Amino acid sequence: MHLLNPDSAKDRLRGADRKSGATVEQIFTDGRPPPPAMDHLDELEAQSIYILREAFARLKKLALLWSLGKDSNVMIWLARKAFFGRVPFPALHVDTGKKFAEMYAFRDRFGKEWDLDLKVEPCPSIDAVDPTLPPAARSAARKTEGLKWALTKYGFDGLIAGIRRDEEATRAKERVFSPRGLEGGWDVRDQPPEFWDQFNASVPQGAHLRVHPILHWTEADIWAYTKRENIPIIPLYLSKDGKRYRSLGDQDITNPVASTASSIDEILAELDGTKVPERAGRALDHETEDAFERLRVAGYL
Amino acid sequence: MNMILPASVSATPNGTTRPQVRIVIVGHVDHGKSTLVGRLLHETGSLPEGKLEMLKAVSARRGMPFEWSFLLDALQTERDQGITIDTTQIRFRTRSRDVVLIDAPGHAEFLRNMITGASQADGAVLIIDALEGVRDQTRRHGYLLHLLGIKQVAIVVNKMDRVDFSADRFKEISDEISAHLIGLGVTPSAVIPISARDGDGVAEQTPRIDWYQGPTVVEALDALEPARPPEQLALRLPVQAIYKFDDRRIVAGRIESGHLSAGDEIVIMPAGKIAKIKTVESWPVTPLKGSHGAGRSVGITLDRELFIERGDVIAHAGATPRDTRRIRARIFWLHDKPLSKGDQILIRLGTRETRASVVAIEKAVDPGELSNEETTAIARNHVGEIDISLAQPIAADPYQENSRTGRLVIEVNGRIAGGGLVLSVDAGQRAVPIDIVPVESALRPEEHSARYRHNGAVIWLTGLPGSGKSTLARALERRLFSRGGSPILLDGDTLRAGLNGDLGFSAQDRTENIRRLAEVATHLARNGHIAVVAAVSPSADDRAAARRIADASFREIYVATPAEVCESRDPKGHYAKARAGTLQAFTGIGNDYQPPAQAELRIDTSARTVSDATDEIERMLAETGILFDELVDLAANI
Repeated sequence: MHLLNPDSAKDRLRGADRKSGATVEQIFTDGRPPPPAMDHLDELEAQSIYILREAFARLKKLALLWSLGKDSNVMIWLARKAFFGRVPFPALHVDTGKKFAEMYAFRDRFGKEWDLDLKVEPCPSIDAVDPTLPPAARSAARKTEGLKWALTKYGFDGLIAGIRRDEEATRAKERVFSPRGLEGGWDVRDQPPEFWDQFNASVPQGAHLRVHPILHWTEADIWAYTKRENIPIIPLYLSKDGKRYRSLGDQDITNPVASTASSIDEILAELDGTKVPERAGRALDHETEDAFERLRVAGYL
Repeated sequence: MNMILPASVSATPNGTTRPQVRIVIVGHVDHGKSTLVGRLLHETGSLPEGKLEMLKAVSARRGMPFEWSFLLDALQTERDQGITIDTTQIRFRTRSRDVVLIDAPGHAEFLRNMITGASQADGAVLIIDALEGVRDQTRRHGYLLHLLGIKQVAIVVNKMDRVDFSADRFKEISDEISAHLIGLGVTPSAVIPISARDGDGVAEQTPRIDWYQGPTVVEALDALEPARPPEQLALRLPVQAIYKFDDRRIVAGRIESGHLSAGDEIVIMPAGKIAKIKTVESWPVTPLKGSHGAGRSVGITLDRELFIERGDVIAHAGATPRDTRRIRARIFWLHDKPLSKGDQILIRLGTRETRASVVAIEKAVDPGELSNEETTAIARNHVGEIDISLAQPIAADPYQENSRTGRLVIEVNGRIAGGGLVLSVDAGQRAVPIDIVPVESALRPEEHSARYRHNGAVIWLTGLPGSGKSTLARALERRLFSRGGSPILLDGDTLRAGLNGDLGFSAQDRTENIRRLAEVATHLARNGHIAVVAAVSPSADDRAAARRIADASFREIYVATPAEVCESRDPKGHYAKARAGTLQAFTGIGNDYQPPAQAELRIDTSARTVSDATDEIERMLAETGILFDELVDLAANI
């Protein structure tokens, strides 16, 4: 033990500021009130913060994928909590150029208000994308290509993505730290074991990792947390003329669902009773049995 | 009226107080896990609209009879193979629980996926085919539940329709598996006869199993309790990182057990340094008041600046974890290449990572086999007990005392290869032997600093050969001496001529060289001198070790002169010899120098004069509390 410098000159010079005669408090006093119990959202939040801090500690060049949707907004909020106010890595928006006007307005406003290091990257034209994919999947795959471009351009070794296990069956198989191949591909058959919050963070040269801090959240959790923390949302999620968007993607391949929910409380009540899947409005999920999986293996979110 | 709610109750998003439990279903391949899951979803009314119809249509299109298991086998690849490859998570509700169902594959080849799934569970259902009975994978999974620390286990004996719902056959299997699990210290909460395909025993008792009086599967799930972080145990806060985003120096981490508040006296392990928690920081509201319990991700500031790093564990005085370089662990192994004595591995325990070597292996067995034939290496999917020697001391607890800080994972080639429980920590390694009695200096630190007008310090100059370390060190020595200080130059090469004459240039010898330099320098600093160390010290790990030894008195200066300039200077002719191939293991050519990421100062000597650079070092030393001029303030303390 090297207690060389318990009162360095600096400390001594500051001595006047210290409370004199402060008594050392006994720490194991039985009379001390127990810490407040954590509720469900507290537990989710603590776990996500832990994951974000692990990613920041173990990877060299991180970016957070900001799709502007409810999930990635929650994720940015969690990152601000994890790092005490400011997100210490860039927020990357891979822009298909086909988002709703409300989404762009949201990006421009909160990119500034949240003091984000915002990086907007365009996607290649549709001609650059695998022509054997069904139309909506092919359109969505542009995003994968845009992502690959951004990876090459900035040399990120870690991308933080707001996917959740409950969204879709193939996402349920994800790890929290998910290694990607050199081409950005996901080898679902050869995923390393991950347990006890110990993560595989070694990245082969030129490859990258996906980090999924809200993998364990559900759609209802996202809304309940958005409400509790008063996180801003894009108004398209709330009902207008009997319809609302449950999930926001490109304008041409995302459809609203029938809903009268015009507040977060009403959304939560609606979700409690529904059996319609969240991505029901996403055309690409319904084209063929395996279209979504093919996209994900190729590096889609 | 006072209502007492159990501690485990947590509010769910929709405002109910239905606790969430995570369940894993494990067992031998083909014993019916996926079928049971499909059936449970149906019985609890949890299937998404149209899902059952869609899968029935898919089955018809493929000319196969509908199977409940198709629900889980959502991936095309899985439908082709007919086995579940990875863990999936599915949610449903029982009367009083929100259940998150983690399906884990039974196939031996996918044990890593079973472990990934099961490690997240609060409780487990172990499924056994009534016809086939207990099989190797049944036993293996039972053993792993024990190693993963899962205490709540229900046994389900499936396919009772295949044995005509025979009570005798059920009892036979029940006795065998119960004996196996109880031998491991896991007592099953229920043993349930069912037919997942037909529904008997899943959500309701049927006349075909009227001889069975216990709970149904749904009732058994309903009785499970969520596992909670151990708040009643002693405080353990593994440090994830130190953040200096603004003028606060925040120590961030998650409380694994116990609780903390501002004002607590803490000990930072393994070094044993003592401090007090000044504040508990947060965002958007900060600082936080009150007590913060296990499970919370927190950030704290301390009342003094001392060296603390990722991997340290914060505990309360009087209840610290042990610091050790030796650990005995019971582990499971998932890597293709068996783990053998002498293997070099990487250990992760909490947030600490350290290199280690396997000193001994005992009781290496296949937990699936009935007869335990011991081997000298731990093969894939086998278990065993190992002694590990660690490259640096770590803070750990035996798992019986604290399961959160009493477990570790092993990494090979950057990939998790195994994990297990800490059985014991050998705390004797760093204890001071009784025949050594260090003699304290007769002088108090204040006496030194009053005379020299500085505190003791270790100034560590690191950089490529020829970068100007020795020149700067000599200039600094002169400068400090001129102002009445007591500088002492420790040049790496000079010390190699004597004290370190037995060391060469292998990685191991370099590490030892740095350790000795750091120890000598620290001794000088502790006695009030300023040790000025000039050493290439290419390894970031070695320099981190030096910083640990010198602690708060350490000031690192990166002499960041560009490599071309260093080579063109070549004051000792080393570059020329290395280029000619007559000097081996020379740092400078090639990429073996690891530049510091967080040096206190960075100086490029190609861009400034020696006197300029010395000014800057002097300024840094004044700003960080080593040098001072105000004799008035000091006098008050003498």
